[in-house]
Amino acid sequence: MISVRNFTRKYADLTAVDDISFDISPNQVTAFLGPNGAGKTTTLRVLSGYLYPTSGKIEIAGHDLAENAQHCRKLTGYLPENNPLYEEMEVFEFLEWSGLMSGIEKPGLRKTLDSAIEKCALSSVIGKNIGTLSRGYKQRVGLAKAILHNPQILLLDEPTSGLDPNQADETRKLLAQLKKEKTVVLSTHILSDVKAICDRVIILNKGKIAAESATSDIAVNYAGERRITLVLKKDGNQADFQEKLSKIEGVNSVSAKEDGNETVYEITTMSSLDLRERIFNLCLQEKAPMLELYRKSPSLEEIFRNLTQ
Amino acid sequence: MRNSKTIYFIFRKEIAGYFNTPSAYVISIVFLLITGYFFSQPLFLINQAGIDGFVDMVPLLMTFFIPAVTMRLFAEEKKSGTLEVLLTFPVTDLQIIGAKALSSLSLIAIVLGMTFMYPLTVSILGRPDYGGILGAYIGLFLLSVVFTSAGLFTSVLAHNQVVSFILSFLISFVFYMTGKLSPFAPVWLGPYLDFIGVDSHLNNLSRGVLDLRDFAYFISVSGFFLYAARVRLWIMRYD
Repeated sequence: MISVRNFTRKYADLTAVDDISFDISPNQVTAFLGPNGAGKTTTLRVLSGYLYPTSGKIEIAGHDLAENAQHCRKLTGYLPENNPLYEEMEVFEFLEWSGLMSGIEKPGLRKTLDSAIEKCALSSVIGKNIGTLSRGYKQRVGLAKAILHNPQILLLDEPTSGLDPNQADETRKLLAQLKKEKTVVLSTHILSDVKAICDRVIILNKGKIAAESATSDIAVNYAGERRITLVLKKDGNQADFQEKLSKIEGVNSVSAKEDGNETVYEITTMSSLDLRERIFNLCLQEKAPMLELYRKSPSLEEIFRNLTQ
Repeated sequence: MRNSKTIYFIFRKEIAGYFNTPSAYVISIVFLLITGYFFSQPLFLINQAGIDGFVDMVPLLMTFFIPAVTMRLFAEEKKSGTLEVLLTFPVTDLQIIGAKALSSLSLIAIVLGMTFMYPLTVSILGRPDYGGILGAYIGLFLLSVVFTSAGLFTSVLAHNQVVSFILSFLISFVFYMTGKLSPFAPVWLGPYLDFIGVDSHLNNLSRGVLDLRDFAYFISVSGFFLYAARVRLWIMRYD
């Protein structure tokens, strides 16, 4: 649906996005994740046609963005960062104007407006000035504007930022509903959003892609190290057993601490290996009474920190 | 068809923007009060029924009035961030520039239209030179097109309305003054200054002389500023 090749964007001497390539498949929610200044907003601004890339080739639904910017803008609905809106306009007036500007013809406009107003739960504020609305409602107006012309692709820059937990939850539900029929690309640094609604995640750091994976596989693909916790009954043989554990191939480090009648070993291993069976066999061999053995996958937060620090 | 519709949608929003805030009313009333004074002064003090005083004064007034009207066009959108909304609609930069220029020009034309009461008064009191009056109004309208284009360009250039106003005023004032300086310039330079400044072109039209060269002058200067605004918007997308 979106194809980006060797995309670079510079602001004077600063390179915001540095030679990145990626593809976004249809009917998926893809998140750009990254710390501030990673290049998320710049990427969305270029995909929306607001800014032009310094170099690279971008295709939206098979159309070259550089050659066909106007048509590509028709195919995308865009919610910019901080959701700027014409605050002096009334909600209905703004949405009607946005619909006309997006190319919706007058005969079908009212139906389209009603559908967007219903989806974004705006019916109670349609006659109010946008400037008087709460942040949550403004965000809904921005979203309604983005989905109004039924675009194939939605580009949403931090759609849940600044919303209270209830409003954020409503937005997540709306996005989950929208993903059935649209390709959604969003940027965020709220990791719970990524886990809740995104099928795919692209982690950006200093303008480069630090990780790209299905959200469910990111722990497997980018874990770096894995941790295994082994709890044995205390038997006074701790140093010797720790030494034997550290000699298992693939173990990076072993630490041990005593906790009452138990000895807890924290073992870090290479991410690609599963050493639980070998550790189990070692325990059998050494006749060490095992109380617990489990592997912990790093959380998205940990992966994010590892990749972006 | 779609192009003209889009221009109309932006134009309609811009016009509503003018009339939904008090600034357009204040600017227009101040303009009418000042021009009214310069029209009525010779009428009552020296019993002279004419619009020469008004016509002489309006170009200078426009160097303030038009920048005050155009300063918000892009600078305000940049400040509030809504330019990002506007520029991501499936419309061309040229449509946006055209619609915004037309909206400012319409407001100026409405205010200029209200000054028709001056020649109307004169026609009741005496027998004015209707050709001259028509020419003067054509000239003032074309001058408005030039100053509006310059104002739109500085609004694209500047990040806030005050800077846009000052830059636009300076550009307009240079065009206003250049012609007036020609009598003091070296002989070889005079004709060039006359050509660059708006004075000689306005004088021709005020005398009722509708010369194609004067029209070409106003249209090409306006075209230059509108094109410069378009280039600046294009550069902004690469900045």
